[in-house]
Amino acid sequence: MMLDAFTTVMVLAGAFLFMAGTVGLLRFPDKLSRLHALTKVDNLGLGLIVAGLIPQGGVLLALKLLCAWLLVQLSGAIVTQLIGSSVRDSNRP
Amino acid sequence: MTQPVFDMMLIALVLAAGAWSILARSMMTAVIVFIVYGLLLALAWVRLGAVDVALTEAAIGSGVTGMLLISAAARFARDPAALRLPSLSSRALAALLASGVAVALGSLALLLPGDAPSLAAETMRALPESGLGNPVAGVLFVFRAFDTMLEKVVLLLALLGVWSLARDEAWGGAPALKPLVQPQGVLPLLARTLPPIGLTYGIYMTWAGADVPGGAFQGGTVLAAMWILVVLAGLAMFPKVTSPWLRWAVAAGPVVFLLIGFAGFLSPGLFLAYPEGYAKPLIVVMELALTLSIAVILGLLVAGPPAGREAR
Repeated sequence: MMLDAFTTVMVLAGAFLFMAGTVGLLRFPDKLSRLHALTKVDNLGLGLIVAGLIPQGGVLLALKLLCAWLLVQLSGAIVTQLIGSSVRDSNRP
Repeated sequence: MTQPVFDMMLIALVLAAGAWSILARSMMTAVIVFIVYGLLLALAWVRLGAVDVALTEAAIGSGVTGMLLISAAARFARDPAALRLPSLSSRALAALLASGVAVALGSLALLLPGDAPSLAAETMRALPESGLGNPVAGVLFVFRAFDTMLEKVVLLLALLGVWSLARDEAWGGAPALKPLVQPQGVLPLLARTLPPIGLTYGIYMTWAGADVPGGAFQGGTVLAAMWILVVLAGLAMFPKVTSPWLRWAVAAGPVVFLLIGFAGFLSPGLFLAYPEGYAKPLIVVMELALTLSIAVILGLLVAGPPAGREAR
């Protein structure tokens, strides 16, 4: 019961971050701030959902979820860097 | 209660992505939406319980095809004069044929009386004899092995098709895909961190494919992605298309498949039949050889035809 409540709160918080990030992606004025909105979804939004789902399964599921989150962290961070540097290069006079 | 809602939303998203991809004005937008469409379709396959198909859709339909389409779109963006759109009438004909097939298949699936004929029950009954646990692997390598073999040969023909686009003086060189110019070096970091994980995962997917969803195609795609990543980061180069090890790696899957197929004549006396008790080990050997070939062929398909020395 407590665990289910924990899951609900965490997943809802994660979903809220996903929504906020999407709104940011659509509404922010320039590419770098849109990228900023996207990264919050990648690490915190997904992190909250993963944290919320961990009590719902065994240790193996928890490890798998953590691995998925870490891989998204790695690729997210690097893809953000790549897009950021290409934006900077195209802004350069 | 929530599941039908989720499914309806998924269907709406798939249809919207499909329509957007067709109607998008810019080619790059259409390609990126097509990739999203493939990922949504993979989710739909998961909801239908077809995890094998979902993995393949995500890896091939979205990943490899997406990468091929992106490189084609990027090429036309650099050189718009090379783009010759087919005439309106032939595009209309293509649209008519494609939607005709979709409508025909959909009405057959939905309107025919009675349950759809299915071999699923017989497959599950005969599956334990092969020693496999994954019915999809059973169909691919036991019941319909001949089709699977031809599929791999088709891949080989696709690679020959790409290679035949090379100009005469470029033949014998390395494929055209060049590393991204990356002064900061974040891509090399990813290309050093990810491949150990990707290689383990790709081989695991093939190995586990005998009993759970997975298999040579999905595993091979992951391996190909790691190869392309390492080349894009500038840590390695594609070998020349004439390199002997490359040729052997490309041919390994079909060769092993055919050898084991012909060995079936010796025992139990049929092409592509396995001697009793040896089905699973032989299938695992075939899958491993196929994984190598699929990985190399998919990598080379993305890499493109050999480029001349002046292009590099």
